[in-house]
Amino acid sequence: MRRSWLNWLCAVAVAGILAVPLAGADDLVVDLSKRRIDITLGFSGAEVLLFGATDTGGDVVVAVRGPEQRVTVRRKEHIAGLWVNREWMQFDRAPSFYYIASSRPLEAIASDATFAGIEVGVAHLRFAPSGSSRGADADAFRAALIHTKEREGLYGTGPGQVTFVGGRLFRTTVSFPATVATGPYAVEVYHLRDGQVENAEQRTFFVTKVGLSAAVVVQAHNNPAVYGLIAVTIAVMAGWLGAAGLRKI
Amino acid sequence: MQVYLPIAQISVDVFVLLAMGAAVGFISSLFGVGGGFLITPLLIFIGIPPPVAVATQINQVVGAAVSGTVAHWRRGNIDFTMGWVLMVGTILGSTVGVTLFAMLQRAGQIDLVIVLMYIVFLGGIGSLMLVESLRALLRQRRAPGARFKLHQHNWLHGLPFKMRFRKSRLYISALLPLVLGFITGVLIAMMGVGGGFFLVPSKIYLLGMPTTLAVGTSLFQTIFVAAYSTLLQAVQTQTVDILLAIVLLVGGLLGTQIGARIGPRLHGDQLRILLALLIVGVWLKLVIGATVTPDDLYSLQVVVPS
Repeated sequence: MRRSWLNWLCAVAVAGILAVPLAGADDLVVDLSKRRIDITLGFSGAEVLLFGATDTGGDVVVAVRGPEQRVTVRRKEHIAGLWVNREWMQFDRAPSFYYIASSRPLEAIASDATFAGIEVGVAHLRFAPSGSSRGADADAFRAALIHTKEREGLYGTGPGQVTFVGGRLFRTTVSFPATVATGPYAVEVYHLRDGQVENAEQRTFFVTKVGLSAAVVVQAHNNPAVYGLIAVTIAVMAGWLGAAGLRKI
Repeated sequence: MQVYLPIAQISVDVFVLLAMGAAVGFISSLFGVGGGFLITPLLIFIGIPPPVAVATQINQVVGAAVSGTVAHWRRGNIDFTMGWVLMVGTILGSTVGVTLFAMLQRAGQIDLVIVLMYIVFLGGIGSLMLVESLRALLRQRRAPGARFKLHQHNWLHGLPFKMRFRKSRLYISALLPLVLGFITGVLIAMMGVGGGFFLVPSKIYLLGMPTTLAVGTSLFQTIFVAAYSTLLQAVQTQTVDILLAIVLLVGGLLGTQIGARIGPRLHGDQLRILLALLIVGVWLKLVIGATVTPDDLYSLQVVVPS
């Protein structure tokens, strides 16, 4: 959590540095349809609309990055006729969510090196293994993590569309599945022209649990013993009620 | 209708959960097993993270066991003396099991051991039960009304510390239920299940308890074991999803009552065949799952959720 915040602050600082010398030369205005996604008991995913305006010409690339998580990836092996988990690798700073949208295919906008420099694109995400079993292949485990996240809809499989309206206004919609992690989400918007980054903007929004859903989590973490007793009591009462109900029927 | 589960952090269909809860309640009251060995894979299948599935299903088992116990108590199907002796063994066993679990985890072999334990225990118990109950059924068909001994006498009856279990009409060494309870406790700690699938057949075949008493007594004991496990999970892992448990419980209530009504209409032999088939079915699924090449060799686990 602290690390992801630090990372976010760094990104803001970078965006600031990028923006200052270019201010006036290039206008990039960005906003989001919401600043917060509330997870209530009825939550089944959400969409956020990003919209903005820029000078005519050039392309827009949007990257959305969720809070970082520590993830263990395990690999099954065939041992004595059984498939069992053997090799493993841990990543401390894997983004829980990553999504990219662009006005044209990335390779048509700028070189791979440019995107690597601004850490845009799943392949350029900088999360390194922090521990592993002996001899585990880092590239294969990293690829497996990305592949699984893509399958779960948490990493964008291909770049989504940023659509321009009238040459200056642009918009894109970001979808979040119900499994989305809580915490701060960084939205980076880049304006590129002739393969160079002209301007960058950053916005943040939060995914938070609210109401009963939040109360349950707070209780489970802050008063685990009380929470456990409540869980057992509810179960005993439910069981008792069920049995009593049978007698009346 | 979708509902968001705050601890599991996913959104699932309420009616799917209700149906699953009902199925477990039904099995639980019919066979005296908690159903953990069935519901945990199902919960994982619909996307609940494994630690949440294990911790929450054991919470639901508390409710199913209370409901089943009350129903069986009214019919006089509980041998309390036996229940208490078993419980002492179970508590000792789970304490040892937790230590073993930690040792194997350090050695990196826990996954293999769990899979092997499931395959050995389920396969052994399931096939023995199936053969025995089919044989009993055939014997009955051939000679209707014939009288049999309540149970066979063997070396187990020569053990010391004999104790009288009036309800079960047994006069056996207290060591037997203690050891059975101990093994169950180890299973609970290592496999994350209630252990009923091992305890019920053992009580019938090793101790010679009548099937209905074995079922009722197992349910009674399960209440305490499951409540203890729930508390342990809530404090140690914080993965009990109270909302998921409530939905499963509501479904479970329905299933339990259906099971308690159908149970008395079934003959002991039929009940045993059904339980044997169920165990063999789960065993087959496990063997296939462990031996067939998986679609994806890799799996993810979030260690520190945000």
